[in-house]
Amino acid sequence: MGITNTLANPTRFMSYSGKILPVTWALALVMILAGLYYAFPGSPPDYQMGEVVRLMYIHPQAAWLAMLTYVLMAIAALGTIIWRHPLADVLQKAAAPIGACFALLGLITGMLWGQPTWGTYWVWDARLTSFLILFIMFLGLIAIWATVDDPGRAARIAAILTLVGAVNIPIIYFSVQIWSTLHQPQGLLQGQTDEHFLPPMFLMLGGYTFLFISILLLRMRTEILGRRVRTMQLTSVTAEA
Amino acid sequence: MKAFLAIVRQTITVSFRSGGGPLVGLIFFLSVVIVVPFGVGPDLNLLARIGPAIIWIGALLSTLLGLDRLFQDDRDDGSLDQIQLAGIPLELVVLAKAVGHWIATGLPLVVAAPIFALLLNLSPAALGILVLTLLIGTPALTLIGVIGGALMVAIRRGGMLVAVLVLPFAIPVLIFGVMSISAVILGPASSFGLPFMLLCATTLLALVVGPVAGAGAIRAARE
Repeated sequence: MGITNTLANPTRFMSYSGKILPVTWALALVMILAGLYYAFPGSPPDYQMGEVVRLMYIHPQAAWLAMLTYVLMAIAALGTIIWRHPLADVLQKAAAPIGACFALLGLITGMLWGQPTWGTYWVWDARLTSFLILFIMFLGLIAIWATVDDPGRAARIAAILTLVGAVNIPIIYFSVQIWSTLHQPQGLLQGQTDEHFLPPMFLMLGGYTFLFISILLLRMRTEILGRRVRTMQLTSVTAEA
Repeated sequence: MKAFLAIVRQTITVSFRSGGGPLVGLIFFLSVVIVVPFGVGPDLNLLARIGPAIIWIGALLSTLLGLDRLFQDDRDDGSLDQIQLAGIPLELVVLAKAVGHWIATGLPLVVAAPIFALLLNLSPAALGILVLTLLIGTPALTLIGVIGGALMVAIRRGGMLVAVLVLPFAIPVLIFGVMSISAVILGPASSFGLPFMLLCATTLLALVVGPVAGAGAIRAARE
């Protein structure tokens, strides 16, 4: 709890995140550029899938990051409900649209991969369906933030829905093993992936992660500044009156 | 227990007197069942195959009716304050609301489903299973929907939002419910036992998660 307690002070968070942000942006840029080099000129096409295999460098990472975002939001939801952590509210609000973007990216790249490989853009397979539900849940959470006026109340409402929706995460993760329909199981950590494909995959995963951290910190900083502006406007109006 | 029954009775009474009660839900249910054959064409064999799915979707949509007003009316006239002051656990209040809402909207659907299913050319064997799965599955739909109803305490102009929030969580109920009936229609190719037990499990899970999450949402909205 040490770090989270320290960061509960928004001013301190602003100063720390301001220092971290350039580093994460730089890491994201370097890793994505290096990953893209390995993904295109630097790695061979697959013997079965051909050039389509290159979607492997942008698709699983997006899907993984969407799930990671949701897990992070669920942890922040606990922070909101149990500890009333002020930054947890901000994180929940800042993360939802990013998660929706990663989920959409995962869906689109997956569909583009499915057409040449499975012969169809979409199947109602367990993994695809549960992932589509994840995307809709992100949209629902964004809708809550847009509808509820009071940010503190919106945070608690969104937190409850986030926690109920967390059942979906293990379902997505294990769906390929339990139902074994069309989507292949993740082979990255089981050593089923050829070594040529591993460096760009991990580089892109790292790049995506740092990109996520950068955008998240940026959005959290913007949200904190926005709340400060609102408070200042309110006090100035009261002072005039 | 007395308070629990009182809330159940109040929910049913309010639903009968102000919302048109089960009748509106049933007419809506019937409309869904009638509209589909116009969309897919009146092929009786096709209808027999997709019939259970149509019935289930109709049940899901009619369960969503009135959810947004479930707690909002009590909030507006102050009875939610009184209930909270009375010291009844909010979880029990939400459960009572769910029971009342199910008796007013879910139970009539279960009773009417076999009649409507005749319009879709369902076989007698499938009819029995349909009623059984609806009897077990619709409480789960209501219990999940109650979470959305409780969220609407905080969101004043919810409207369609409750449907958007609730639908993703209702999908497993729909999947297992339709899968159990498919076993009867498609023959031995698919099994009945496993999806049916999963349907029961979903209902039991919703029985726990629904009241707890609903009570949490009400507390969050009223702080």
